[in-house]
Amino acid sequence: MKRILSFFAFLMIAFSSFAQEDGVEMADALRSNGKIYVVVTVLMVIFIGIVLYLVRIDRKLSKLESGQKK
Amino acid sequence: MKKNWWKIVAVALVAYTILGGFLFDVPRRAILHESIRNVHFHVCMWFAMLFTMTAALVFGIRYLLKFRTEDDIYASEAMNISILFSALGVITGSVWAKFTWSEWPLLSLKGWWVDDVKLNGSAICMLVFLAYLVLRGAIDEEQKSARIAAVYSIFAYVIMIVLLLILPRLTDSLHPGNGGNPGFSQYDLDSRMRIVFYPAIIGWTLLGVWMMQLRVRIKKLERKTEL
Repeated sequence: MKRILSFFAFLMIAFSSFAQEDGVEMADALRSNGKIYVVVTVLMVIFIGIVLYLVRIDRKLSKLESGQKK
Repeated sequence: MKKNWWKIVAVALVAYTILGGFLFDVPRRAILHESIRNVHFHVCMWFAMLFTMTAALVFGIRYLLKFRTEDDIYASEAMNISILFSALGVITGSVWAKFTWSEWPLLSLKGWWVDDVKLNGSAICMLVFLAYLVLRGAIDEEQKSARIAAVYSIFAYVIMIVLLLILPRLTDSLHPGNGGNPGFSQYDLDSRMRIVFYPAIIGWTLLGVWMMQLRVRIKKLERKTEL
């Protein structure tokens, strides 16, 4: 666990700001209006749903496997 | 639960990818605009595929050395998840290419397939993978099918490297990193993207391994109930 944590710590250290290239159109307005958070939330809901589905299959399989051993 | 810690890591990393991939600052590039965020999703499919395909190769070779059925189950399920990742990679690549390389208007129904070595190569690669399943299904005798499938997976691995990593570099390709184009690693993928991109690769790969493990366990249960 310590190793994983320190790995992410290093990744965060690698984070540094760069000078922006001017004149390229980006979805800044979308971000400033806060609407992108809606998309991220929807995606997270979908992802959590898929993960819960996977967890349920995993649990069911574990039950079946423990039944097999007896 | 102690054995399943890596599944939690997988979910956490992919969740972090979705959050960071959409919300963190990205480099400003013409043509790409916000679509540069696809790096955390489309490119990761291919990286995850490379890892699962390597697993298929290793277990295939192990099967050929020891002839243990367990290795064959792992090899075939690693192959299955590689096919899923390559299909997702081809489809997402096609979508990304339409909206960045294609000359057709954005709303046009045309332009979903840009004639490019990288796209054609990845499509052929997917077909080579699919042929693995056909080959397995075509041979009834279990040991024979496992042996031939393992030999075929070695061939498929070599062909994959040629189609995806070598051929596109020899000719003209629009794909970043090929045909004299700079890869994202040179300047686009700066440290702002790396803090999402590298965890993303690990996260997607682990998620794939989880799905693979579920199918392996189903197959093992099936074998036990058959006997």
